[in-house]
Amino acid sequence: MKVSVWKGGAGGSFREFDVPRLPSQTVLDVVTYIQRSLDPTLAYRYACRVGMCGSCAMTVNGVPRWTCRTHVDKVLRNERMEVGPLKNLPVIRDLVTDMREFFDKWARAKGQFKGGLTRRDDFARVAPDSENRRSVDVAIECIGCGVCYSACDVVSWNPDYLGPAALNRAWTLARDERVADNAERLRAVAGDAGVHSCHTHMSCTERCPKRLSPTAGIAGLKREILKSALKGEL
Amino acid sequence: MSARGETLLWMAQRASAAVLAVCVVVHLAVIIYAVQGGLSAAEILGRTRGNAAWFAFYALFALAVTVHAPIGLRAVLIEWLGWRGASRTWFLVLFTALLAWMGMRAVFAVFA
Repeated sequence: MKVSVWKGGAGGSFREFDVPRLPSQTVLDVVTYIQRSLDPTLAYRYACRVGMCGSCAMTVNGVPRWTCRTHVDKVLRNERMEVGPLKNLPVIRDLVTDMREFFDKWARAKGQFKGGLTRRDDFARVAPDSENRRSVDVAIECIGCGVCYSACDVVSWNPDYLGPAALNRAWTLARDERVADNAERLRAVAGDAGVHSCHTHMSCTERCPKRLSPTAGIAGLKREILKSALKGEL
Repeated sequence: MSARGETLLWMAQRASAAVLAVCVVVHLAVIIYAVQGGLSAAEILGRTRGNAAWFAFYALFALAVTVHAPIGLRAVLIEWLGWRGASRTWFLVLFTALLAWMGMRAVFAVFA
């Protein structure tokens, strides 16, 4: 098969490689083959190879995906495939992007846990079937791979936009009964780079390899912000 | 803009969208129904002028547009042109005033 792979930084270009087809081959296998057998200078990231670490996300035929969990069978068109770096992030080299801005936005969305208890207090008891806990459960499995951020149209139009992953994180904390700084968090995500910029295109939800719905979290944050504004607490 | 300001704009846009959803449906239904028999402009004006209920309806319609459109345009200006700051705010104030003036001028012309 013919595989076009991005080479260079932001001003780079695609370079074509001939790669043998193998059974049960993943896109990550293809990239690894190219680096080990055809072009040892190819830069790319991966760690676990089994869909746990989230470090191998790339753009495959224009769509952000985990390359380790994407079979070649699924994406090959006319024996051709294109592999590029994630969109909406600066390219360091080849298939490696700079994730700093992505994670800095988690911090800007107040993604840190700040509880209200001290070591002298008893454990907080959160009922697993409580409404709050259930809404956290459906959003908590994010591993920060950047696929949703790369798929988001709003990030591409407004680089300040916090993005689906950071807002999803803020939502899990907004519904966490132990958290003590939610007013601050709601203020952080209600600004002009926050939830109100979301167009509800749902690309994040469509592409999330963990099948999470950041769109639902963003809608939840809008409701919490509205309630807070009506109470005069925002 | 502040978190509170953004939230107020969002609420205003959602509320005006709810009003517009009703107004647009009523507007389309009425024009489709009214032109069935081939009405002239003079006949239309003969029916609409002096009608307080339709005046109130279309005044609400025009004002909902005046609230809704500039907030949407504000997002378009950020996303497409990266236009922020005081110059954008003044542009939007002028655009809002223009919409209000044109909308109410039409409402007065047809219903007053």
